[in-house]
Amino acid sequence: MATSDEALARAAAGGDRDAFSSLISRHYDRMFGLCFRLTGRREEAEDLCQDVCAALPFKLAAFRGEARFSTWLYRVVVNAAHDRRRRAQTHARAAVAWGEVETARRAEADEAAQAMSWLQTAMAALPDDLRDTMALVLDDGVTHGAAGEVLGVSEGTISWRVSEVRKRLRAMKEAEQ
Amino acid sequence: MSEEFDDLKAAMTAATPAPDTARKAANLAAAEENFARLQGLADERRPMSERGPLARLGHGVKTMLNVMTTRGGLTLTTGLVAVGLVMVLPVGRDLLMPPAEMTPGEVALVDMDKTGREDRSGAAQLGGATAEEPAAPIASVRERVEADSADDLLLSEPEILAEESFVAPQVSQGLALNRSADQILAAPEAKRLIVPGDAVVVAPESDTEAFSNAETSPLKVTSEDPVSTFSIDVDTASYAVVRSSLTMGMLPPREAVRVEEMVNYFPYAYPESDGPDPFEATITVMPTPWNAGTELVHIGLQGDLPLVEDRPALNLVFLIDTSGSMQDANKLPLLKQSFRLMLAELRPEDEVSIVTYAGSAGQVLEPTRAAERSVILAALDRLESGGSTAGQAGLQQAYQVAEAMADDGEVTRVVLATDGDFNVGLSDPDALKDFIADKRESGTYLSVLGFGRGNLDDATMQALAQNGNGTAAYIDTLSEARKVLVDQLTGALFPIANDVKIQVEFNPAEVAEYRLIGYETRALRREDFNNDRIDAGEIGAGHSVTAIYEVTPVGSDAVRTGPLRYGETEGAGEPGELGFFKLRYKMPGEDQSRLIEEPILPGQGEAGEDARFSVAMAGFGQLLRGGDYLGGWGWTEAIALATQARGEDAFGYRAEAVTLMRLAESLSK
Repeated sequence: MATSDEALARAAAGGDRDAFSSLISRHYDRMFGLCFRLTGRREEAEDLCQDVCAALPFKLAAFRGEARFSTWLYRVVVNAAHDRRRRAQTHARAAVAWGEVETARRAEADEAAQAMSWLQTAMAALPDDLRDTMALVLDDGVTHGAAGEVLGVSEGTISWRVSEVRKRLRAMKEAEQ
Repeated sequence: MSEEFDDLKAAMTAATPAPDTARKAANLAAAEENFARLQGLADERRPMSERGPLARLGHGVKTMLNVMTTRGGLTLTTGLVAVGLVMVLPVGRDLLMPPAEMTPGEVALVDMDKTGREDRSGAAQLGGATAEEPAAPIASVRERVEADSADDLLLSEPEILAEESFVAPQVSQGLALNRSADQILAAPEAKRLIVPGDAVVVAPESDTEAFSNAETSPLKVTSEDPVSTFSIDVDTASYAVVRSSLTMGMLPPREAVRVEEMVNYFPYAYPESDGPDPFEATITVMPTPWNAGTELVHIGLQGDLPLVEDRPALNLVFLIDTSGSMQDANKLPLLKQSFRLMLAELRPEDEVSIVTYAGSAGQVLEPTRAAERSVILAALDRLESGGSTAGQAGLQQAYQVAEAMADDGEVTRVVLATDGDFNVGLSDPDALKDFIADKRESGTYLSVLGFGRGNLDDATMQALAQNGNGTAAYIDTLSEARKVLVDQLTGALFPIANDVKIQVEFNPAEVAEYRLIGYETRALRREDFNNDRIDAGEIGAGHSVTAIYEVTPVGSDAVRTGPLRYGETEGAGEPGELGFFKLRYKMPGEDQSRLIEEPILPGQGEAGEDARFSVAMAGFGQLLRGGDYLGGWGWTEAIALATQARGEDAFGYRAEAVTLMRLAESLSK
């Protein structure tokens, strides 16, 4: 049986290099997925991952095991994404990024591209808080409670946001027809 | 369940690419490397005896923060640097505030907690998701700050600091100090993001003002921390910014208000020195208008005004920002008018040269004697704005010109006029700071004139002027230009004393608590006072500088802190003196400081109109900052006090201040 994330994290915080290695390799792919959903662009996601990876050793010293490691890690990622947005005016860029890809994809006629295009439009239309919420809850492993913990809001707020997104998606669809 | 939502989820799953294998490997390797580096650093111990270098380093980092946090466009920082900042906190903090009754860890925590809140308000526009910041980073930073190994990183970091390039955090919301704490709060995951070459273009923004400020100096308990040390400050930029905000119908941002600059904006006529010192310190103890239970210790320094005819010849190099953003009517055109006014004040033998920076630096006017007025005016008229800003290249050229002009016995000064744009060319803020500080040693001074709002980079202005032995002034109207460049020309351009530091030791037998009003960004460590290598503010000819302490006598009802249950609370001092005032300064061109000292006695001196007006301004500044210590004392009282102490007011500055107070009163309702 594999050692739990939390035990690995504590060992890593205590200076155990192997524990740290296995911990980040274990979580890298899921983290990347979140990064992608937060930014909407592959390159951005890779960069964001890089930022988080490089900073993680220092952050980890503070991991107290009060939350699940994955929740804690997602919070680090979301904070990094927020800060990136704020700092480099990616606030505008994030929306633009989703939009740019959409334009590129629109040229392609196949069905997958159609679906992609709809995704781009839908994500681009969401305000930041809803998009961040989506980035989290579209991960099967993340409950509304955990998403709330990551974003620092209550579980109820997350549920409300999710239903708000549903409403908007429906409205979008109706507008298309 | 709505099918749209499921569609979205399916589409998202399909759209999410697998991570790039090469990037993944590189990222993981970087993480492991940093992990190893962190472990390695934690094992080294810090040599405790090296206070000097450490203090210098802290100072450097502080200044770097001041500069670095001011504008976007600098470059990459790394996780290590961010952690460096975390670790630096206790040291940097000490520089800003003499060690308080709190442990560094607690100081850090309190500070971060505050910034955490500010951060939230700043982030609020970004969406509800960020409206509540998780508490964990705060706790986590505390962990690290308290960790024994904290300072090790700091000492081991300088090479890393120096060799890495930095991405400037985009800093619109940044007051340097809070900002540094903010970085720490969000560090390291947030601030060190490595940006690939193509990714981030920091677009010029319409409102990217950055102010340099710090949390209001806290109340100190005399028995725990009897000594207060700070550098004088003769900048006036903060008052002008406040005025410009108020006349635009807005209360100024709190962080734009530096109380000491509001006070020192006004000329006061404190008694002049009749001794060998180039200035005189007048100490007055008077009742506090806003608190019946406390007293104010008012320290007024008056610089002598040598006869204008006796002044040495002056070499001025105007370094003018002609970037595209300077074309507004209140920038370059106002600057031209201002310099025209100033030209009339120069003497024929003074020399003027003009260097511009806009994309590339260029000398627009060869050193020209002020007598050739038409040549200078023609050059001034030819100035046009356009292009990007490369501040550093221009600065280097300006200093070169200045050095070529300098002759024995002359005063050489670079006057940098900008709207705060240092976007391009400032690749390493630390190097720029060093460059300016280096030139300061060589005798060339630097003054910074800020123009225009919306893009004003107060924090960089401060940092440059402080490092260049100069003053920072903000010019928003022609009458302000007149005040800075004409009425106070002599003081602004002729320093009579350098590195002026003040240290006051309060007597615990008389004073239970004290607090210094303003000077947050000028606080020094106790040991810096006697260290002649530590830079401090300058006094120009005829300048006056005011510093005010609010002190609570032992036994007063106004004592805010309760007695301790454990440990010594009894003061050791003999009753009689309130405290002891010490001042160090250097004569221009000298390396060794001279010392002035005198006791502060109860009821000393008599508060004249000047002192009372300065107190009214201190009250005004505190009100604009939130007025934590003012109790019920408000705008009405401040206006009454200022009006009553207006005095002769030959230039109408004080009348204007009263008008501003009235405006602020209405705006705050």
